[in-house]
Amino acid sequence: MSAIYILLGISITVAIVFFIVFILSVRKGQYDDVYTPSVRMLFDDELVEKSPKEKSKSRVLTKQKQS
Amino acid sequence: MQQTCFHCGNNCEKNSVFYDKKNFCCNGCKTVYEIFSSNNLSCYYDLQSAPGAIPKEIEGKYDYLDNPAIIEKLVEFDDGKLQIVNLYIPHIHCSSCIWILENLHKLQPAIKNSQVDFPKKTIRINYNLEQYNLKEIVKLLNSIGYEPYISLNDYSKGKQQIDRSLIYKLGVAGFAFGNVMFLSFPEYFEVSEFWLEQYKHLFRWLMFGFSIPVVFYAAQEYFISAYKGLRSKILNIDVPISLGILVLFVRSFIEIFMDWGSGFFDSLTGLVFFLLLGKFFQQKTYSFLSFERDYKSYFPIAVTRLNFQKSKEENIQVYDIQQGDRLLIRNSELLPVDCILINGKAEIDYSFVTGESEMVHKNSGDKLFAGGKQLSGAIEVEALKSVEQSYLTQLWSNDIFNKNKEETFVNLTNHISKYFTYVVLAIAFTATAFWLFIDSSLAINVFTAVLIIACPCALALSTPFALGNMLRIFGRQKLYLKNATIIEKLAQVDTIIFDKTGTITTNNQREIEYEGIRLNEAEEALLKNTLRSSNHPLSRALYNFLAEQNIQTLDDFEEVTGNGIYATKAENSIRLGSAKFVGNTAEINTQDTAVHIQTNQTYKGKYVFHNQYRNDVERLFKELKKQYHIIILSGDNEGEKKRLQKLLPKNTQLLFNQKPEDKLNYIKALQQKGNKIAMIGDGLNDAGALAQSDVGISIAENVNVFSPACDAILEASNFSKIGSFFKASHQTINIIKSSFVLSFLYNVVGLYFAVTGQLSPIIAAILMPLSSISVLVYVTLLTNYRARKLFFKPKLKAYKG
Repeated sequence: MSAIYILLGISITVAIVFFIVFILSVRKGQYDDVYTPSVRMLFDDELVEKSPKEKSKSRVLTKQKQS
Repeated sequence: MQQTCFHCGNNCEKNSVFYDKKNFCCNGCKTVYEIFSSNNLSCYYDLQSAPGAIPKEIEGKYDYLDNPAIIEKLVEFDDGKLQIVNLYIPHIHCSSCIWILENLHKLQPAIKNSQVDFPKKTIRINYNLEQYNLKEIVKLLNSIGYEPYISLNDYSKGKQQIDRSLIYKLGVAGFAFGNVMFLSFPEYFEVSEFWLEQYKHLFRWLMFGFSIPVVFYAAQEYFISAYKGLRSKILNIDVPISLGILVLFVRSFIEIFMDWGSGFFDSLTGLVFFLLLGKFFQQKTYSFLSFERDYKSYFPIAVTRLNFQKSKEENIQVYDIQQGDRLLIRNSELLPVDCILINGKAEIDYSFVTGESEMVHKNSGDKLFAGGKQLSGAIEVEALKSVEQSYLTQLWSNDIFNKNKEETFVNLTNHISKYFTYVVLAIAFTATAFWLFIDSSLAINVFTAVLIIACPCALALSTPFALGNMLRIFGRQKLYLKNATIIEKLAQVDTIIFDKTGTITTNNQREIEYEGIRLNEAEEALLKNTLRSSNHPLSRALYNFLAEQNIQTLDDFEEVTGNGIYATKAENSIRLGSAKFVGNTAEINTQDTAVHIQTNQTYKGKYVFHNQYRNDVERLFKELKKQYHIIILSGDNEGEKKRLQKLLPKNTQLLFNQKPEDKLNYIKALQQKGNKIAMIGDGLNDAGALAQSDVGISIAENVNVFSPACDAILEASNFSKIGSFFKASHQTINIIKSSFVLSFLYNVVGLYFAVTGQLSPIIAAILMPLSSISVLVYVTLLTNYRARKLFFKPKLKAYKG
């Protein structure tokens, strides 16, 4: 019945991997601002819908030429 | 129909601009709209209606950003090709702001990317240095209505280290708690089952392993605090907590080592996790506000120096100003140092610095003090001192600014825990002594059980959750507290001191009253037309106050600076201005702010300018007077004394002509008599008083612009709710006290099991979280209920109390 040792080993390893990922994400500053990303994630859809990339690029280019 | 601006939402009055089927209040707003729509960014207006701000004129204001030494201090990263800068933009307020600022690269390809930190109201911009520079970025931001706020404070601050240790600790405790719960679950039911018998030792040692980092890392602050408390002979709440944690850990270790039982690792990790959760909840901060500001965040970063040898203007850092430097101060710029006026017309607004409500007129040769704001055109001045030696900045050398107010404050929990610890220790020893006679094998078991169960988890949790919740409620009511302990301090206050200018009065509006002989129609028309040509602030205010008249061309017009105006039209002549100027000798010495009128050589009367008091001042003072001692400390003259006396309840103490140090000393004297003082002020002149008082509340028309160092910032629009805030903090303390009773009841139940020697891990594992969570729910619900009653149904409250 050594299966339980293997299972325990796996489950604790998985838990520790997640724990390390958490620590790394805090260290990278992901928890410093927990509000803005929640707003930001909603934007991408609107960009695709309202301003197709081709169009916006050409506009920017023409503006550059003017200036 | 009232039209509002499509860009900024202001009312479009006479000069509205119609463009692309939309209304704009001014050309500035229209231009921003044009920039956005031509770059396909008009989605800005879909996310939120009218999110913008009117771009300001900044001609020459940011020329100092050409100076590499200043840029070097402001940028975060620079490798010659790439620069990263972090700018504070007060206008950031909605999702549209985030969207447009993070799409800056669409407007300017040299910007690689930009990221907004909404709670801090900052933007981090990453740009290519070869194609672009900081000054252009600031100009670009300003052109779309997002002017960054750059002050001397940005210059002197180093790299800030963010303290994330609490999140780590919470992570560790939560991780261990979850895993220990899983591992301890099989043994809760105490069934003797073959497989369980086989593996329970492994499970126990794993739990032990998980709890090691919890005790030695996550809980270390409690040990440190308890140690510090004991050393200074204070039994704070952390003493019984640390005792509980230690006993839990040691007893559990012995139990599994001797194979007596499964230990209390679940309770141990759960306890630490909940305690840290409470700390985390209480730690709510308003990161876009700063409570530690001194004159540095009010002062500009650079000024224009006139260099006569090279005959040019140059931008220098304000710290580099030396005595004798000639400086150019533009319209609405601040005077960074004490100086002498050399050239130009100076109208200085000192309201923020001294509390004087009227602007001061100065002639060349007069001395000007640092902190004043020039209001009429550019002037040339000669510096008398360096920045640190100026009169205003010297206030900050007072000891009070280096003192930490928190250290001397004993909060309610620590006050109670003193008795609590004694009682717990007494029970533990009595019970142990009792069991020594009955059954000595159980004695040590009972002793540890008492210490474990009496660990004041619920007691330690109720305060942070009640205060943390109230802190959030206050925040929604626009009173931003520096930390949660301020609520306890607010509840102890017995004396409230108000500043006058800018605190109980508003700087935006004036009340104007005419006293004297009524003017006839021709005279009124002449007066209005005379005022039209004058730029003096009093003239502008009076002009806006008077009824519309037909526009006439004056025959003669002469403005005598600092005195008044003389004008003629046909056979009528008018003189208006100071009492002396119109020849009214009787009133020369009064301190009213007034414009005197004389027509055709006869004195007619005067327009008196009163300070406009905030709405509800009278009601608020009446309400506060019932419970508090109220004092008014004003830096202004006594001109308003009579009016204030009429407005405020009888026996309100009024003190005028108070210098910043006077205010500070006055509060100090009261404190020495044992009074607890809340100071409510606004300007730099109150900074000392705000720091000295037990609770310093700063009033701000706009919380994003400068306010002096304080414990709390209140948005001026909610000034009339001050009474409710005080009441709410009283009630919060009462709620905390009642929650203490609740947690004591849990302790009594737990102690019954402990003293009788029946404490099993499962009882501890149930009782500990149950008591904590129920206390949590209790305080949260009750504080919400109280706050709702106070802030959302003011009428109901008025009838009751």
